[in-house]
Amino acid sequence: MSSPESGSYDATEAAPHGKPRATEWPLWEVFIRGQHGLSHRHVGSLHAADAESAIKNARDVYTRRNEGVSIWVVEASAIAASSPEEKGPLYEPSNDKVYRHPTFFDIPDEVGAM
Amino acid sequence: MYAQMIKSTGKGVKSLDEMEPDERAFQERINAGGKIEPKDWMPDGYRKTLIRQIGQHAHSEIVGQLPEGNWITRAPTLERKAILLAKVQDEAGHGLYLYCAAETLGVSRDQLTRDLLSGKMKYSSIFNYPTLTWADMGAVGWLVDGAAIMNQVPLQRTSYGPYARAMVRICKEESFHQRQGFDIMMKMANGTEAQRKMAQDALNRFWYPSLMMFGPSDENSVHSAQSMAWKIKMNSNDELRQKFVDQTVPQAEYLGLTVPDEHLKWNEDRGSYEFSEPDWDEFFDVLQGNGPCSVDRMEARNKAWDEGRWVREGLLAHAEKKRARKMAAE
Repeated sequence: MSSPESGSYDATEAAPHGKPRATEWPLWEVFIRGQHGLSHRHVGSLHAADAESAIKNARDVYTRRNEGVSIWVVEASAIAASSPEEKGPLYEPSNDKVYRHPTFFDIPDEVGAM
Repeated sequence: MYAQMIKSTGKGVKSLDEMEPDERAFQERINAGGKIEPKDWMPDGYRKTLIRQIGQHAHSEIVGQLPEGNWITRAPTLERKAILLAKVQDEAGHGLYLYCAAETLGVSRDQLTRDLLSGKMKYSSIFNYPTLTWADMGAVGWLVDGAAIMNQVPLQRTSYGPYARAMVRICKEESFHQRQGFDIMMKMANGTEAQRKMAQDALNRFWYPSLMMFGPSDENSVHSAQSMAWKIKMNSNDELRQKFVDQTVPQAEYLGLTVPDEHLKWNEDRGSYEFSEPDWDEFFDVLQGNGPCSVDRMEARNKAWDEGRWVREGLLAHAEKKRARKMAAE
């Protein structure tokens, strides 16, 4: 049986997502704005030698079916991201501020729509 | 499937009580239907198994362009040619979505490519069969893409976020593939006697290799049990194969074609078809690299990689030169 070897990938030049590698074209993250006036949305990533070819490739890979009218590409290594360990300190404080939601306040029916 | 015989840890599935806190939190998140994202903690086995599985899936999409690419220049009409070209381009796109998903796990694109070209990583057995006539383009879309969809639809719910998102994109495009294949089969099956025969011949040759795509029964496989606990495999191989047969047999009847299985029989009690198993010795032999087109496929991929080298290097050198000039000017 010759299914893929359970060999380790530890000893490769594998680098965390986004780190540029000398022999490969850099990785770009692709953002596309659909036709309905929405913000650009992350759709995926691709490799390209420079920004110009990244946009051309993004057009071929991510907009073959009219998915968008505008493309942004950003080199993945230029993106700073929050880490999962910060989840608590970053997002938990908003849990006890329920008054930020309009439903916190009871407005009598006779006041009408508000 | 597009990923076959994927090995996981090879150990039994641990119970929650046997796990360290990190792994337990990870498994509980998966059990609750949560997603795992690239920067989240994950067991090494999960990461490595996913690299193998997504990598093999990506390789299948890329190598899968070859049997269909074979007919682009010989399509019967300009319209059929344009459709086939669009379909093959989609397959390249599917490969790219999947390679990117694999890369988020810490393997490089070049490493994945090297492992395909050296034969260390595999691609689906189905692409080692030849496409001999135009009717094969119909059979491939109808049966091969049809079998792939069976597996890919549930994988949209897989636990690894980037993989699930890639599958959503792929599934959207995949049903065009199956329909264009069935459309070719309808034309051929309702055409001249020679065309009908060609369609039947294509079904005869692709039926069993399509059943093999799901892989041998994995009811007792520890690898599958672990992959299912991790939700990177959603159904057993037998379950998906049965579903495929139940869906496909009535379609063959609609075409007026005969499924090449004398034991094929509707089982009223079970509400499903009884059918013959494919020849598993042939399957393992094809996986070993002894399929009718195995050597050709690997040669074609190696040739493309070697001959594309100057382009890859040239564009990178050009980009670096431009960057250096821009920096000097600033």
